[in-house]
Amino acid sequence: MKSAVVQLPGLNRDRDMIAALTKISGKAPVTVWQTETEIPDVDLIVIPGGFSYGDYLRCGAIAARMPVMQAIKAKAEQGVRVLGVCNGFQILVEAGLLPGALMRNASLKFVCREVKLEVVNADTDFTRAYAKGQVIRSPVAHHDGNYFADSETLRAVEGNGQVVFRYAESTNPNGSINDIAGVINDKGNVLGMMPHPENLIEVAHGGSDGRGIFASALDVIAA
Amino acid sequence: MIKARVTVTLKNGVLDPQGKAIEGALGALGFDGIGQVRQGKVFDLQLETADKVKAEAELKAMCEKLLANTVIENYSISLA
Repeated sequence: MKSAVVQLPGLNRDRDMIAALTKISGKAPVTVWQTETEIPDVDLIVIPGGFSYGDYLRCGAIAARMPVMQAIKAKAEQGVRVLGVCNGFQILVEAGLLPGALMRNASLKFVCREVKLEVVNADTDFTRAYAKGQVIRSPVAHHDGNYFADSETLRAVEGNGQVVFRYAESTNPNGSINDIAGVINDKGNVLGMMPHPENLIEVAHGGSDGRGIFASALDVIAA
Repeated sequence: MIKARVTVTLKNGVLDPQGKAIEGALGALGFDGIGQVRQGKVFDLQLETADKVKAEAELKAMCEKLLANTVIENYSISLA
């Protein structure tokens, strides 16, 4: 499976993402700059975390209007898997590829810590390596991860099984509604999540709980 | 040239943690009787056109496409 990592000014977790994808798939991802209007033939496109455009206006708002996003939308419509982590999640909701919005943390503070995540839906292209209800560890680092959706959208998202991860064991770091940590589109090929699975993939990280997301999305689950 | 002001506010029902914190700080300064504080954004724009109808249409498009996130925010436009 081939992957691509999107790069935009201000994104700073791209190196970690490239390292994780390289280690897990055995192949380095291609990098795609924000002005590119075509994306190479890949199976997975990742928008990493960071602070694109300095979080000006709203987190992810300006990045979501860059040319590369039109190319990503087209690929997503064709069924290519798209994963947005942290700022990448914010960009995907701003671009309208995922429902809802990400608002300032309820505490008003930047949070950088480890949380517990419940795998609510293990029947997706990104979570097949896990069991439903499994609780995994994951680092978070963000200021605007407070997921919000109006009641109608929330009902649809919950009803369709689009909530993929929930903060578990009272570790919700941002006040997000229904403890939502990760959401997938109704078609099932675009996932956004605030936690950073790429930072917990090997012994040197102190665990490999995040590895399953990439192993699932890259179809490299060990038999 | 037309000068315009766009005001973006959070929709009713959307939690505003920043507004809440400001509300608390105003209370701590001794301002009592504050029902609620909601924080928003103001954009002042200068448009080269003299056509107010066209300006208004353009500004509406700008709000829909970028200035406001209509999932959580409302906007209003006023021309000077």
